[in-house]
Amino acid sequence: MKRPALWSVIGSSVLLAACSNDANLPQQGPADVGPQPVLPKQQRGLLPSMTIANPAQWGEQRPTVPQGYVIAAIATDLRIPRQSLVLPNGDILVAEGKGGGAPKLTPKDVIAGYIKAQGNSSVKGGDRLTLLRDGNGDGIYENRTVFAENLNAPYGLALIGNQLYVANQDALVRFDYVDGQTRATAAPVKVTDLPSQINHHWTKALTASADGRFLYVGIGSNSNITERGMIAEVGRAMVWQVDVQTGAHRPYATGLRNPTALTIQPATGQLWAVVNERDELGPDLPPDYLTSVREGGFYGWPYSYWGRNVDPRVRPQDAQKVAAALVPDYALGSHVAALGVAFSLPAMGGEFADGVFVGMHGSWNREKPVGYKVVFVPFREGRPAGAPVDFVSGFLGTDGKTRGRPVGVSVDPRGALIVADDLSNTLWRVTPAP
Amino acid sequence: MDATIDRRRQGPLHPVNAFLLSATVTLFLGALLSDMAYATSYQVQWTNFASWLIAAGLVFGGVLLVLALVGLRHPDRRVRRYLLYVLILLATWVLGFINALIHAKDAWAVMPEALILSVIVSLFAGAAAWLGLFKLRAGELA
Repeated sequence: MKRPALWSVIGSSVLLAACSNDANLPQQGPADVGPQPVLPKQQRGLLPSMTIANPAQWGEQRPTVPQGYVIAAIATDLRIPRQSLVLPNGDILVAEGKGGGAPKLTPKDVIAGYIKAQGNSSVKGGDRLTLLRDGNGDGIYENRTVFAENLNAPYGLALIGNQLYVANQDALVRFDYVDGQTRATAAPVKVTDLPSQINHHWTKALTASADGRFLYVGIGSNSNITERGMIAEVGRAMVWQVDVQTGAHRPYATGLRNPTALTIQPATGQLWAVVNERDELGPDLPPDYLTSVREGGFYGWPYSYWGRNVDPRVRPQDAQKVAAALVPDYALGSHVAALGVAFSLPAMGGEFADGVFVGMHGSWNREKPVGYKVVFVPFREGRPAGAPVDFVSGFLGTDGKTRGRPVGVSVDPRGALIVADDLSNTLWRVTPAP
Repeated sequence: MDATIDRRRQGPLHPVNAFLLSATVTLFLGALLSDMAYATSYQVQWTNFASWLIAAGLVFGGVLLVLALVGLRHPDRRVRRYLLYVLILLATWVLGFINALIHAKDAWAVMPEALILSVIVSLFAGAAAWLGLFKLRAGELA
């Protein structure tokens, strides 16, 4: 008599739990997103979880955008487009390249490197800047020129007055630029060398301060979690502030594992970054994040993540550094691989007027893929407020095939979001529907 | 492979097997020493060395294991000591493979499992060598 009663109690409580979960699901997104993410326990099996993108062509399909918006490919057959910059006259510059080439130190590097390569484009990096022009404002960018070539994996782009700055994987360089120019008139001038030994995370993000006196350069770590040795991390995982006049630099903020995109908040002049966090601690750990970057701030890498959560894989440990670690502003989700960030403008319209767009390249270290989209993080009074909303999605199809992988995003003041896609080698443009 | 040679005139171990067995022991022992160096110094290059030494140990040990398993075809080798030798080789290889996966974790995540497994694998490899080189009678091995 006792046993059936017990089972029915268990059964009904399980049912209740299931119901309450279902009821809550539509309201709450993933737990590792938002200003106060829930951080589960660390876990890592005998093999790391891996689900690599299975590339396919777009064909007649297009990425999905919200009701009231349209998307168009304004350039195709690019050579690994990463970041873009909208110039004052409306022309768009695209940095194309593929850097890295860190030596393979272990059997794992050889095997994992091969597997991960399956999820990327096999096109050779362009090492160039392409300029796109829409002469008559009809949304078709009919003119396409190579602005500069023979660069070294260019990534970050910034314009200050009539100087165009390009962050190659090994140096920050400068071109003269005048309005309407379609081709660089001379070879670039080096502003400063950038850390490039090993270059495990090779991308060099770039943005200019509001007053144009400084450039900020994002420099990624030389490993996932110090497995190339502590010495390889000297000068890495930080944001530099570079004096435009002299080329002198100093660390502006440190402990940022891979600050892949930087931008300045228009109203405040505050520097913001998206940062990619470490792998192989579990599917929901630790979240990549969007944060305002505090001058002199330390954000944990490698000793800890999301503030003071210690990463036991780092030796020697450093309790003082852990104690000093800042908590980032907003979790974007674990493994989403945020590679682009841009503040929106009222011209983007409606609910997308105030906030930031974040391009997510998509996960590998997770059984169920995440990312593979551009989200919008709504802001209120200059701070993130609310759950992220999908703005451009459908890169990972319901058929399991991946047709594109978003990287850099930039906002055209005329009311358009530019998205670089380094899998289909396309530049997408999303605008409010006419 | 040695059809034209009378096996019973040879020493206990065919030179090819003796070579493979010695290499396997040495490689796994090298991995253990590297793990010990990493555990005491935190210098990651030692764990990189261990990873490659284990990988090479699996290659040599794998060939040896295949030869030993093929050797089971001979009726005169179906003796307890030979079976024990094959089983120890098999255990060495399987544990060595798990050890390779452990070593594929990043930085200190390998510890302490890497060190523990390297000790066990080295002991097993040593036991296989001791059996193979000293305890098997002539003709029991190819």
